[in-house]
Amino acid sequence: MTQQNPEALATREPAMPERTRERPVFSPRTDIFETEDHVVLVAEMPGVAEKAVEVTLENDVLTIRGNTEEPAFEGMRLAYAEYRTGDYQRSFVLGDKVAADRIEASMKNGILRLSLPEETPARRKIPVTTG
Amino acid sequence: MVWNAFAHRLGASPWNAIERLHHEMDRVFSGLNGAGTEEFPPVNVWTGPEGARLHALLPGLDAGNLDLAVSGDTLTLKGEREQAPEGEQAHHRREREAGRFARTVQLPFPVDGDAVKARFRDGVLEIELPRAASDKPRRITVHSS
Repeated sequence: MTQQNPEALATREPAMPERTRERPVFSPRTDIFETEDHVVLVAEMPGVAEKAVEVTLENDVLTIRGNTEEPAFEGMRLAYAEYRTGDYQRSFVLGDKVAADRIEASMKNGILRLSLPEETPARRKIPVTTG
Repeated sequence: MVWNAFAHRLGASPWNAIERLHHEMDRVFSGLNGAGTEEFPPVNVWTGPEGARLHALLPGLDAGNLDLAVSGDTLTLKGEREQAPEGEQAHHRREREAGRFARTVQLPFPVDGDAVKARFRDGVLEIELPRAASDKPRRITVHSS
């Protein structure tokens, strides 16, 4: 005997949040490596201007986002396309060792560079108050 | 997966299988943005009666060393992509490519080489290619006699 609940199907929420923009979303190619005291993340997002980049950190999840605009030229049509244009988004789970409040980000020529300083508890400064 | 009353009660659903497939496909295609050809850099070309525009995806390009040449209806791009090693030690992930590249693109018409303009913006090389005047379509007047 099958039991079907039509209401459950009708009001089901999409499992992943949908975007309000209708652009395709790509995952940027990213290099991640460690230096002496930093984790460095370099992500390629060609076509994304500096002001169209968003980097957020929430509950140890670092999310990078970049928006692009569809180019359009008056009197011309797209005759040949080897790549699609769209927005970029990618998330990374950070380990405990990153000092979240000291993350540095810079964006240039379509490349986002994030420098994540490592937290070294052994050397954490203890503020000294007077009195 | 068989959809029946038991599956519903156990919390499984046919949507899970589809979501898993989505995630798998996302992982396979991550990093690609539809660029299906072997050539680098990938280009998009817009055309109109007056000329063409070509965009090439070149994040990390060393714009000072780009060699761009136009001859007739052919465009040649040569250069190098940087990948500055910043005293890196352990690589957790390495997806970017670097190194020299060279590519020739055939345009749909001959180009006025003197009027070509190029700009490198946000990792995209944007080239304006006005059509050669001699190649522009001409109106032909029809005489009736």
